Amino acid sequence: MPETLLDIKNLKIEATVYPPGEDPHDITIVEGVSVSLEGGKVLGLIGESGAGKSTIGLSAMAYGRGGVRITGGEVTLNGRDILKLGPKALRGLRGREVTYVAQSAAASFNPAKRLMEQVIEATLKHGLCSRSEAEARAVKLFRKLGLPNPETIGSRYPHQVSGGQLQRVMTAMALCPEPSLVIFDEPTTALDVTTQIDVLAAIKEAIRDTGVAALYITHDLAVVAQVSDHILVLRNGNKVEYGPVKQIIEDPHEDYTRALVSVRSIDHEEKKPAEPVLRVDNVTARYKGTNFDVLSNVSVDVAPGQTLAIVGESGSGKSTLARAITGLLPPSAGRITFAGRTLTPDLKTRSIDDLRELQMIYQMADVAMNPRQTVGTIIGRPLEFYFGMRGEEKRKRVQELLDQIEMGKGFIDRYPAELSGGQKQRVCIARALAAKPKLIICDEVTSALDPLVADGILKLLLELQAQEGVAYLFITHDLATVKAIADSIAVMYRGKVVRYGPKTQVLTPPFDDYTDLLLSSVPEMRLGWLEHVIETRKMESAGN
Amino acid sequence: MHPIVKLLSQRIALGLLLIIATSALIFAGTQILPGDVAQSILGQSATPEALANLREELGLNEPALSRYFDWLFGALQGDLGTALTNGKDIATSMASRLANTLFLAFWAAIIAVPLALILGLVAARYAGRWPDKLISGVTLATISLPEFVVGYIVMYILAVNYRLFPSTSVIYDSMSLLEKLNAIAMPVIVLVLVVLAHMMRMTRAAILNVMQSAYIETAELKGLRPATIISRHAFPNAIAPVVNVVMLNLAYLVVGVVVVEVVFVYPGMGQYLVDHVSKRDVPVVQACGLVFAAVYIGLNILADMIAILTNPRLRHPK
Repeated sequence: MPETLLDIKNLKIEATVYPPGEDPHDITIVEGVSVSLEGGKVLGLIGESGAGKSTIGLSAMAYGRGGVRITGGEVTLNGRDILKLGPKALRGLRGREVTYVAQSAAASFNPAKRLMEQVIEATLKHGLCSRSEAEARAVKLFRKLGLPNPETIGSRYPHQVSGGQLQRVMTAMALCPEPSLVIFDEPTTALDVTTQIDVLAAIKEAIRDTGVAALYITHDLAVVAQVSDHILVLRNGNKVEYGPVKQIIEDPHEDYTRALVSVRSIDHEEKKPAEPVLRVDNVTARYKGTNFDVLSNVSVDVAPGQTLAIVGESGSGKSTLARAITGLLPPSAGRITFAGRTLTPDLKTRSIDDLRELQMIYQMADVAMNPRQTVGTIIGRPLEFYFGMRGEEKRKRVQELLDQIEMGKGFIDRYPAELSGGQKQRVCIARALAAKPKLIICDEVTSALDPLVADGILKLLLELQAQEGVAYLFITHDLATVKAIADSIAVMYRGKVVRYGPKTQVLTPPFDDYTDLLLSSVPEMRLGWLEHVIETRKMESAGN
Repeated sequence: MHPIVKLLSQRIALGLLLIIATSALIFAGTQILPGDVAQSILGQSATPEALANLREELGLNEPALSRYFDWLFGALQGDLGTALTNGKDIATSMASRLANTLFLAFWAAIIAVPLALILGLVAARYAGRWPDKLISGVTLATISLPEFVVGYIVMYILAVNYRLFPSTSVIYDSMSLLEKLNAIAMPVIVLVLVVLAHMMRMTRAAILNVMQSAYIETAELKGLRPATIISRHAFPNAIAPVVNVVMLNLAYLVVGVVVVEVVFVYPGMGQYLVDHVSKRDVPVVQACGLVFAAVYIGLNILADMIAILTNPRLRHPK
């Protein structure tokens, strides 16, 4: 009979919230969740934001983030209820029996201290071994996790290593005290897809070799399927379904789980090529004060009523291309033609029609809206600015736009803070639409959203395209999104377009090396995918 | 060249430029003051001939620009001119005054800065609880009272009631260090009370700001004690804002202590300046202004340089 390491019974977690315009009150974040984990096994916690995944994960350290309080239930770790421990006993537990790997390693390392100092800190604090032994342990872990220069990387500062490396250093930090449980809280979510796969493989191998148990928290079912033994599906703080990973992926019992499994399911037939509305011709651009081109000789076309997806990892120049087209970053060479007119490089010299017909939607809907304006004011502003609408006429048009984005009457007088993430993004779409644009540049518009919500946004964008005939330049790092929405695709790498053409052509072999790497790195919702890819890559590199 | 060397030399160059610009302002300021130096030296009953002779002698008939450059180049070589009222060399008479002021500022700073930092750390550690409220309340009270009020209260309690210290703080070169410290104890106490609050509150605010960071949670989840988290993880990242306020207060200890010096009859720069302002001794006022400006700018540039040096991103570029 395997030993139970962690046993959570009937967990209840509450928090005090301070909504605008209301009295502070307590809300229940998690209720009635029970789950247990055997030593050496991996439990995946999955759900959308607000499902209580991280909160449950941190309860295994008896820790509540911010105003979050664990108010009921039992959390038994190594045979004792840790919710009953005092602060001192808890400090003895944290960083020794249970450790934590956070989502953003870049923010979770102290910028003022060297990596080694931070990696061995918990080990030393708990008196587990001497400094030199701890450093030797750390170097061993660095090597196991595939970090470059394992002997010397510890003497670097966090800002001197890349995001993917930092995430591995953080994993080493969690494994260094040789805990019995590690909590991984979305450890690869912030990484590029090509980096994610390496980090994922490194984490999986480290878990297997050290025999540590893990709670793996993520919103990406395809990722958790690669590393977990069991999966707990959560929604709004309640348990939806719990079972072995095979059953959850291949035979989900609950509707919600089925929706998660099949989320990437929009069918979109590509349209026939047509005379372009936007033509980017040999555009080269660089940022002021730097001496390299962020974009070099980029040429792409967008046809009216169609979608061009720009894909690539961070730093590939995707967003810079958007800045060049909108005139925020005047290109140093090349030509941009839009609706038959040549656009001037600088935004300031463009005509009001150029501005109106070229709209933009951003990743962070939050910061793209003035928090002190109502939805009506936000959407009404372009109506006023471009069409001179006032009063009742403007309000009627705003309401029409709200209907188009499937938001009802009640929203016109609300403030952004009162909307959900998906609703905020819808308001941004309505605002762009208000200008009656010919082209909307969508910069990672679904990246910050949960899969099901993102799905809704994509469907909405497709519907609007069919109604209004607007073209999209859709920037994303998510290839599943591309498949769902694009008519043509441009793959960017280091400021260059490495592959460009109609969707089916771009996604059909033979591939160039980079597109192959990019496509094969997208996690697939099947067991053994990670091993398969790693194995294939090893064989390929051995073959070369 | 290491980029940090470039940054630091830029700051130093900027500081020198600022001092020169300030010197021009000081000179211009004293020129547009109403009244006439010769007149104020000789008094109302002076004959026009005597005034003309004195103006000639003082070089007041030269164009302002050439007088400014004469003064500036002299000052750069340590020659601040001679006082009109007693004909003494300003640099020499100011040196001992400046030394006294720095002596007082030094002892006030050596107590106030560590005390403020410790109180700030304690207040941040117990934020919102009684130690925080007590520290914040008391320091707020001492900063809200005008310095001379604090000065007379301290004097009343320590010198009059308990007779611990002399009521005036006159010091001579022949006194031993201990005697000097005994003499300046009360002004030091007053200055500490006055500058404590700013530095303590800034330390508290900067620490609490850093405490919101994700890496503080990482430290908590390592099982570190709250005091360790604050001193090892939060404080190193709060240095830049704190050091700026510390330097502003140090500058205040040198250039802003006029009132305290007058209250305790302490022979420092403040008294010297006040004396000569009332006598319209323009060269002395200009010299004091220049020295004060140099101290003020110097300390602020120093704060900038410390902030640059403690920033790991600048110290260890990619």
